[in-house]
Amino acid sequence: MELLERFAAGDLEAFEALFRQHQRDVFAWIVRIVRDRGIAEDLTVETFWRIYKSRSRFYPAGNFRAWARRIATNAALDHLRAARRETELPEDLASAAAPDPAVRRETRGRIRQAFFQLPAKYRLVATLALIEEEPYEKIAEAARISPALVKVRVFRAVRILRKKLNSLGAEVGAK
Amino acid sequence: MTNKENSKEIEALLKAAIAPVKDSELRRDLWPQMLRKLDEQPSRVPWFDWALAGILGATLFLFPGAIPALLYHL
Repeated sequence: MELLERFAAGDLEAFEALFRQHQRDVFAWIVRIVRDRGIAEDLTVETFWRIYKSRSRFYPAGNFRAWARRIATNAALDHLRAARRETELPEDLASAAAPDPAVRRETRGRIRQAFFQLPAKYRLVATLALIEEEPYEKIAEAARISPALVKVRVFRAVRILRKKLNSLGAEVGAK
Repeated sequence: MTNKENSKEIEALLKAAIAPVKDSELRRDLWPQMLRKLDEQPSRVPWFDWALAGILGATLFLFPGAIPALLYHL
C-alpha cells in the first residue's frame, strides 16, 4: 500500500513519514505569514494535527503538499484573527534585511502599525503578495480563493493602508 | 497624485518598512512536539455519536418490543 493510502487509513508510521517530508515546507510557508519563528513552529504542529484529524477526508491520489499548504494557511489565518490586536512584528525578522534608509523611521513605524491593524484576510494576502512577492496563483490555491479575489484583496489592503496612514498622519509622499 | 500612483507608493513604502523573511529554514525536527500533541489529545466521542446513542436508548426504553428485533439484526 502506498504511503498516502496508509496515511489515509490511519497508519501513524505513514503520518510520521509525511510529517518529516513536509514539515520544512509547511514551516517556511507559515513563517512568511506570521513572521515569528516560535509561533510558526507551533502552527506547523497545529497544521499537522489538523491534517491527522482529517486524514479520512484525504483522497490518496490527491496532492498532499497542496492540501497541507491549504490547512497551514487556515491555521495561520486563525492565528492572525485571534492575535490581531496583540501581536507586534518581531524585530529580528522584520529587520532581517535592512529596511530602506530612504524611508524615515517614523514613517516605517506608522506603516507597520497600520499593517498590523489590517483585517486578517487582507493581511494574509498583503504579506504574501506585496512583501514576500508570492505569485497570485499560489496564494489563491493556498487560501482556496480565486486569483482575481487575491488581486481584489491586495487592492483593498492597500486602500485600507492608505486610509490608515492618512489617519495616523504619516507623510505618504515623503521619502 | 492619482490613486494608482498613491497605491504604488504605499506598496513601495510597505516593502521598505517590512522586509521579506530571509531565513525560513526550520532548525529543528518538530516530530517530538507532534507526538506530545497526539498523546495529549483525549479520544473524544463526537457529539452526534452521543446523540445517536441517546436516541437509540430512548427508543428502546419507549418501545421495549423492539429489543428482540434489534438483537436479531445485530
